[in-house]
Amino acid sequence: MRFVLRRLGFFVLTLWVAVTLNFLLPRLMPGNPALAVLGKFKGAVPPQALKALEAQFGLDTHQSLITQYVHYVGDLASGNFGVSLTTQPGTSVSQIVLHAIPWTLGLVGVATVLAFILGTLIGIVGAWRRGGRLDSILPPIFVIMTVIPYFWIGLILILIFGVKLHWLPYFFSYNYTLTPGFTWAFISNVLEHAILPGFTLLITTIGTWILTMRNTMITTLAEDYVRMARAKGLPGHRIMLDYAARNAILPNLTGFAMSLGFVVGGAILIEEVFNYQGVGYLLLQAVNNEDYPLEQALFLLITVAVLVAILLSDIATAILDPRTRASR
Amino acid sequence: MTTTEIPGAPGEPPLVPGVAGGLPLGGGGVAGARSLRRMARAVTANRKATVGIVLLLLFCLVGAFPGVIAHDSPNAEIYQRSLGSPSAAHLLGTTSFGQDMFAQVIYGTRPVLLIAFGVGLGATILAMLIGVSAAYLGGVWDGALSLFIDVLLVIPAFPLLIIIGSYLHGATTGVMIAVVTAVSWSYTARQLRAQALSLRGRDFLEAARVRGERAMYVIVVEIIPTMTSLLVASFLTNALYAVLFSSSLEFIGLGDPNQVSWGTMLYWAENNEAFQTGLPLWIIVPGLCIVALGAAFALLNYAFDEIGNPALRPVRSMRGKRVKRPR
Repeated sequence: MRFVLRRLGFFVLTLWVAVTLNFLLPRLMPGNPALAVLGKFKGAVPPQALKALEAQFGLDTHQSLITQYVHYVGDLASGNFGVSLTTQPGTSVSQIVLHAIPWTLGLVGVATVLAFILGTLIGIVGAWRRGGRLDSILPPIFVIMTVIPYFWIGLILILIFGVKLHWLPYFFSYNYTLTPGFTWAFISNVLEHAILPGFTLLITTIGTWILTMRNTMITTLAEDYVRMARAKGLPGHRIMLDYAARNAILPNLTGFAMSLGFVVGGAILIEEVFNYQGVGYLLLQAVNNEDYPLEQALFLLITVAVLVAILLSDIATAILDPRTRASR
Repeated sequence: MTTTEIPGAPGEPPLVPGVAGGLPLGGGGVAGARSLRRMARAVTANRKATVGIVLLLLFCLVGAFPGVIAHDSPNAEIYQRSLGSPSAAHLLGTTSFGQDMFAQVIYGTRPVLLIAFGVGLGATILAMLIGVSAAYLGGVWDGALSLFIDVLLVIPAFPLLIIIGSYLHGATTGVMIAVVTAVSWSYTARQLRAQALSLRGRDFLEAARVRGERAMYVIVVEIIPTMTSLLVASFLTNALYAVLFSSSLEFIGLGDPNQVSWGTMLYWAENNEAFQTGLPLWIIVPGLCIVALGAAFALLNYAFDEIGNPALRPVRSMRGKRVKRPR
């Protein structure tokens, strides 16, 4: 219980730091860049929303910094993230963000789960047949993958499968000419559009799962209880899965819990490259349009998602592995 | 604790052979020249290290003397768009603005290298000061600094970089170094703090305390030299991430768009639909350069890991063991 409380305290503290960063950053920059944009778009935003924005970015110089800060935190606490300045002028930020979330969850979520399952299985088999073909080819490939910018892999896949071969679509999440609805034509079109970005995500993230699983598995395979299982003459697949993998999977499981947090903001550049209308794409759109309220809300969303996942994975580790409880 | 320790003479760095706290201690304590020579020998003996260092030196040469290699000015928009495809005069062809692409790639090397080395050094020094101070000072200081490190560690780095970048309107090389350093030092700081904690209570530190040395002296002269291999690893990792982070930021237009670098090349190429207009090299070549530079840092990092920690070297005897396995 004390452990959970401490982690909760850390959660709240980090959240506070993120909120305060959001508040301070535009004020720290020379000339407060938000002011210029606010001035330009004054007409597009209703006066009441403008007042909230003034607190958000320190437009109203009559108020002291502390009053502005109290207002800002109060607005956030009541779920008021302001309105969009430029992307969809006047629309509430939360509404725009809510429209983007399902696309990201669908694309990045599925790719993350797939990468975890496949990567873990490959890692198990790779460690079990150490020195085998799988084990000698894959790790070096995925070590190389870590130095390639993800967005560039996406671009190269677009070049090969989109531009040259014309096999797959690589722009937006579905064909503009279709009307969204629960028709087979639309759903299959959405799936088709998800293949290339999804595959890019899969091959860029799977390496971590393979490597961690393989490395823990190798340590576990040297344990006495595995030798014992061998001595008992158990079939190979039982030793591999029930004895070794079951004990070695913990780091991967907690890593998986954590990676679920990164689903929301983890594919910013891949969404950008494929013009896929998710959270990351929205963030970059907001950046390009200097839509600061939208940016701030998205940054908070991404941070909260990561923090919740870290909290859950900490608690999960404590429940699954009693050994970690004492050491923290 | 260990009996292998031979405290150095006053004023000299202490000699700490072997492994402490499960972490490799590079030739840190050994007097400068000898440890350098040993490092040089280790580098030439390790194939990963050789490839890494050759690649890195190559990029450094290109970055230092771009004018010698490329004859065109990278920014001059003087050629016809029709010269797009590669030729003898334009090894990689020209961009849709009529700039010589080869010159751009060559001139684009320097800013990336500056950022890599700047962030590598900056983040390592910052992490060293904060991490080691936390461990050495202990108590409330350690609590506060560790909390600071941990908080920074969990705030998503790349989104934070994007937010900061969006307020900056075109980060020049210097600003880029500062910003990337600010968000990326925390991981190393945590490692260095752990390493410094494992040194606590060692005799040579006790000796320094008894001699009445000041905290700063103990940290800089006694503790930090024992961490050479961790510091090298930190430099290389941070340099690698700096290459990837800065290129990504430049790719989405948050760099200085007038500065020629690999990331901004990718930005302009993507904005001008390089693939669709038959200029795939505009995207392929800068990307490959990023990969090659990143690989140089990564290879050196793996190599130093293997040099410092023999357990990580590729296992050849495993094949022999496999035969005995019941399967």
